[in-house]
Amino acid sequence: MSGTFVGMPAFPKAAHEAVHDQTLRGNLRHATHTIRAKRANAVAEVSDWAALREAGKRIKDHTLRHLDRYLVQLEESVTAAGGTVHWAADADEANRIVADLVKATGESEVVKVKSMATQEIGLNEALEAEGIRAYETDLAELIVQLGKDRPSHILVPAIHRNRGEIRDIFRKEMSEWGRPAPEGLTDTPAELAEAARLHLREKFLRAKVGISGANFMVAETGTLVVVESEGNGRMCLTLPETLISVVGIEKIVPTWRDLEVFLQTLPRSSTAERMNPYTSTWTGTTDSETADGPRNFHLVLLDNGRTDTLADEVGRQALRCIRCSACLNVCPVYERAGGHAYGSVYPGPIGAILSPQLRGVTSEIDASLPYASTLCGACYDVCPVAIDIPEVLVHLRERVVEGGQVTAQGNKVVLKPAKGHAAERAAMRAARWAFSHPGALRAGQRLASRTRRLHPRSLPGPGKAWSDSRDLPAVPAEPFRDWWQRTNGGKDGAK
Amino acid sequence: MSSRERILGRVRRALADVRQDDTPPVPEGPGRDPQYEQAVPRDYLREHGERSVAETVDLLAENLADYRAIVHRCTAADLAATIAGMLAARGAKTVLVPPGLEPEWLSATDAERIPDRAESTPHELDRIDSVVTACAVAVAETGTIVLDGSADQGRRRITLVPDHHICVVRVPEQVVSSVPQALERLDPARPLTWISGPSATSDIELDRVEGVHGPRTLEVVLVG
Repeated sequence: MSGTFVGMPAFPKAAHEAVHDQTLRGNLRHATHTIRAKRANAVAEVSDWAALREAGKRIKDHTLRHLDRYLVQLEESVTAAGGTVHWAADADEANRIVADLVKATGESEVVKVKSMATQEIGLNEALEAEGIRAYETDLAELIVQLGKDRPSHILVPAIHRNRGEIRDIFRKEMSEWGRPAPEGLTDTPAELAEAARLHLREKFLRAKVGISGANFMVAETGTLVVVESEGNGRMCLTLPETLISVVGIEKIVPTWRDLEVFLQTLPRSSTAERMNPYTSTWTGTTDSETADGPRNFHLVLLDNGRTDTLADEVGRQALRCIRCSACLNVCPVYERAGGHAYGSVYPGPIGAILSPQLRGVTSEIDASLPYASTLCGACYDVCPVAIDIPEVLVHLRERVVEGGQVTAQGNKVVLKPAKGHAAERAAMRAARWAFSHPGALRAGQRLASRTRRLHPRSLPGPGKAWSDSRDLPAVPAEPFRDWWQRTNGGKDGAK
Repeated sequence: MSSRERILGRVRRALADVRQDDTPPVPEGPGRDPQYEQAVPRDYLREHGERSVAETVDLLAENLADYRAIVHRCTAADLAATIAGMLAARGAKTVLVPPGLEPEWLSATDAERIPDRAESTPHELDRIDSVVTACAVAVAETGTIVLDGSADQGRRRITLVPDHHICVVRVPEQVVSSVPQALERLDPARPLTWISGPSATSDIELDRVEGVHGPRTLEVVLVG
């Protein structure tokens, strides 16, 4: 990935530009509507969906409540199986660990399985700075990397590109990175997939180091799980001599049996399939007699804001996320604004609650993300681990406006209220004062009633934007409290 | 302070509000810890719907085909001829053989049998036309075959690099209905590959297209 999210404008500004891009709007509408109906069918096939969802939620909650124990247990089981465990408190530390591990092999290129964690920490850029070239091998990640673009969807990072754009990127850029696109490449998806197969195969076959994330890590057995479709994951996980997996600490499940829940809910939620084409599980390294796969396995456990998120009693439920992206596909705001407006590798509803928690709400973009929602709740309905995204959004809005105590890099700090919300706070303060002073409230209400003919239809100054698309409520001729007193609570029958 | 201690310390401080109300359990084995069992209700189904053994095998065939695997059914006596026919139809000149494959299965084919060796490079594997393996278990509800690296299935790479994979499922004994039943049969210590149809992608406009990096043709023989 060559693009970067640093210095992104606030969501409203970025979204304002995106909604005027007709191609983008069309691409997103087509893709999200295609997947919505399919997901609904895939979910309807299993009659116990509600019970699976509840079990998934409970497994994740239980794990998070005892995360320290399970992390230690996982470390023991991975180590016992022949793997090496590293701990990274933040992105810089994780990048340094990975770069050092790659350098120790003497290699200067790596093949990568699509991984949100490595996107989050900007691993490709960090490796590039150390003279190591990282090849993305997932088709969508390849499109993003070749197009010097940024990802805009969790599952399909190139969802903002249509087939014609993808063909153009392949024709123009593939030769820079290796085998050029075939002559006369058209925009049929099958031909585009074939072009990616040919382009990447030489890289897979010679790769000595693979880098991955993981969908799940099983504490009791030390098993890692990667769920994928194309087979690029299998290539990276089995052909290289060294495998480095960078995984967020919240990806643990306690037992092998727990996979029976998530291997049913994840494929149906993400690609709307009964089962994704390929799922790989591995436990450390295999012994030399039946050697299968990498001889060296390193697991880098990543914090990078997750423990800060865990410290928030309301917000910690975001750590249940299994990155299926169902919430993006149903979100009316995502469908129109697109993923880039969210200024993070985690776009959409889950991104709106995850990014401000992982990174804090101090930047303009992060402080604006909790507002990137209509609170319609469609995201909560489809979430396979029942994350109440609207609840967390409202909670984070309160944090932005009111400030208060939060945890940042493990330390408790007091956050100042955000500047942009001064008018909102002043209005709330005035309301509080008026409601606790009945005489003043009555005088004000009578004044408003008597002058009602003079009221403008829209608000002046900063309120103008709000009333552009709304009518101001009409003030009644007589305040309710005066009416109540005059008619004895309506009993006198007077109108 | 090491990062390990720093992260574990942060986790413990972050959970200050939940420490008091429950004791942390560490399950000793799958589902053996009563407290963990209590925390997680498992009132979801072990399998979806009631089916006879024959119906379960039919469902497997149907779901495999739905995700574009080519399904064949034959008796044990016909297996060698069936496999030979599939390899011939494909025009395969070479076939990769895992170390513990029943020799009988390839007794009728003219294709050159190439045994997998530990030192075979990915480039060598890439030049072989087809691979024939057994499987560990097959899941009817999802149309999935699972390989566990046993001697009749071989290393993971041999079913990945060649473009044509023939997988033999012994029915009905290797067929289960559901994902929960499959996990019960599998050993987590072994490297597992769950395969549902040939390689595919949804990365272009979120529409499924078959045929990317894994074998583009998956043929499954249900034998029994």
